[in-house]
Amino acid sequence: MDFGSILSAALSSALGPQAIVFALAAIGLNIHFGYTGLLNFGQAGFMAVGAYGLAVTVVTYDQSFWLGVVVALVAPVVLALVLGVPTLRLRADYLAIATIATAEILRLVFGAVETREVFGGSNGLTGFAKTFQDLNPYSGPLDLGIIRFRPDDLWSLTVGWILVALGCLFVWLLMRSPWGRVLRSIREDEDAVRSLGKNVFAYKMQALILGGVFGGLAGLFFAVKQASVVPSDYSTNITFYAYTALLIGGAARVLGPVVGAMIFWFLMAGIGAFFSQATAGSDPLIPTWAMSDIQASLVRLILVGLGLMLLMIYRPQGIFGDRKELAIDAR
Amino acid sequence: MPADTTPTTDPLAGVANTPGVKKPDAILVGSSITRQFGGLKAVDVEHVEIQRGVITALIGPNGAGKTTLFNLLTGFDAPDTGEWSFNGQSLQKVPAYKVARRGMVRTFQLTKVLSRLTVIENMRLGATGQRGERFWSAPFRALWSGQEDSITERADELLARFKLDAKREDFAGSLSGGQRKLLEMARSLMVDPELIMLDEPMAGVNPALKQSLLGHVKSLRDEGRTVLFVEHDMDMVRDISDWVIVMAQGKIVAEGTPDQVMSDQAVIDAYLGAHHDTDITELDETELEQATEAELDQEA
Repeated sequence: MDFGSILSAALSSALGPQAIVFALAAIGLNIHFGYTGLLNFGQAGFMAVGAYGLAVTVVTYDQSFWLGVVVALVAPVVLALVLGVPTLRLRADYLAIATIATAEILRLVFGAVETREVFGGSNGLTGFAKTFQDLNPYSGPLDLGIIRFRPDDLWSLTVGWILVALGCLFVWLLMRSPWGRVLRSIREDEDAVRSLGKNVFAYKMQALILGGVFGGLAGLFFAVKQASVVPSDYSTNITFYAYTALLIGGAARVLGPVVGAMIFWFLMAGIGAFFSQATAGSDPLIPTWAMSDIQASLVRLILVGLGLMLLMIYRPQGIFGDRKELAIDAR
Repeated sequence: MPADTTPTTDPLAGVANTPGVKKPDAILVGSSITRQFGGLKAVDVEHVEIQRGVITALIGPNGAGKTTLFNLLTGFDAPDTGEWSFNGQSLQKVPAYKVARRGMVRTFQLTKVLSRLTVIENMRLGATGQRGERFWSAPFRALWSGQEDSITERADELLARFKLDAKREDFAGSLSGGQRKLLEMARSLMVDPELIMLDEPMAGVNPALKQSLLGHVKSLRDEGRTVLFVEHDMDMVRDISDWVIVMAQGKIVAEGTPDQVMSDQAVIDAYLGAHHDTDITELDETELEQATEAELDQEA
């Protein structure tokens, strides 16, 4: 058992591109759910339109990378408008149903045989990230002893964490303002806000768009860092991983989604590495009758799920939340 | 109407006590407002006018349609037919938030405080026309901090007036029922409404706080606002209202000054109960028991 390599795997995941993708997606969900109380179960859809916005513009329509980035940020705005106009006037649960369905529809359309010409079918699209890779200023890897990042990863990390930091700064600026106060009030009771002369629908729409753009940014970053888009990457469990990250960190806290995403990937990678080591070799630590190496990769999901349950029981407010605040009856 | 019982300054002097009567200076006028829920006609108001600058009470038994009428007038629900106007401007198809901006603010029967916001944040939310509530100016504190300071100053004055200043930094969700009512009233004043509509301001308020709430409602009129409130507490209605409108089964069945309405035998019997005028402790208990027993015997 090599605990050094387990720690290394866990840390490089916690600081790596995966964590950035989920931090960005969870920042968006934090705006939706944490601050405004909008139950968006379709963040994967916002990520998908961001990723495909770039890939389709560059690969299918042969336009520049930067136009692709613009499309990737406009697409979630359009998606938010299309989703929000019919559903935001209705009760919160309808938004949840509509968003989860929309995310699935988008994934199936992007992967369909009929739309292969545009979206590349189930193999997706590749070859759109060259502009980004060419900008890489690093020539050597970063070696921190226990973890090591290749130059291209290092470049993704630099851009990614800067995006996360700017995103957090922006959310912090917004949420301390009267605008943020209206959002939090809508989460508490939208009729009360309406009775005080605020256009609740417009604010909910703004929140849906802003959080959706963060989702699009997550998808964009995801596409760029692995230089490909594949429809199966945007399945519903992505949304729920992002929710998990948000709840670990604490909803309605600026840094909650970021720290939550790091902890989530630290545990996922760390537990995964531990079990793959414990079941590997000819004389594994865990005997093969108890667990095979194929089962090992799934056990981490079980344990992370168990951990989430324990968290909800013993620390429902997450890392940054305030238990007293959570204990207040919502009405 | 005899002049000796009514002060000459009373704006409602000389107004007949018939349902749907015209008022000399009406702030809110509604005609043929109906709202149907399935087979039930919850509201069916032929004509109603609310006099400016006085306290009008809206009373009636449960299910009379008082709250539904509130919802219709404030844009929280849409009527099937009817037209209504505020300050001469039609409010038909005007959304609730615009109704509030025009100066007609309502509170709720089940108090709606924003639980996980502090009391002072609840108050600040009430102010209208905030620059910091616009998305593009929100990130830049310099653009709105001056306005925020003046809003906070106004909020603090109101909190002091409603004796909530000690609770300033507490979560609104930690307040008692009566304090929530006070906060909701104070918050609606942040909008600076001309007409304030209170839906059962006394429900769930302890008797000690009731007196101070009564004083606050009166002070709203004294500073020139119009008050319309729904209430079951007859002491309150008699104490503070200048005019009473009685609803039953969706219709307005009587109108008048509190004394007129409360001496209207039909209103008394149908909506207030035969013993409405007597304190329950003054009634002879044995007499009551006998009466009840006699009733029971009759039924059996």
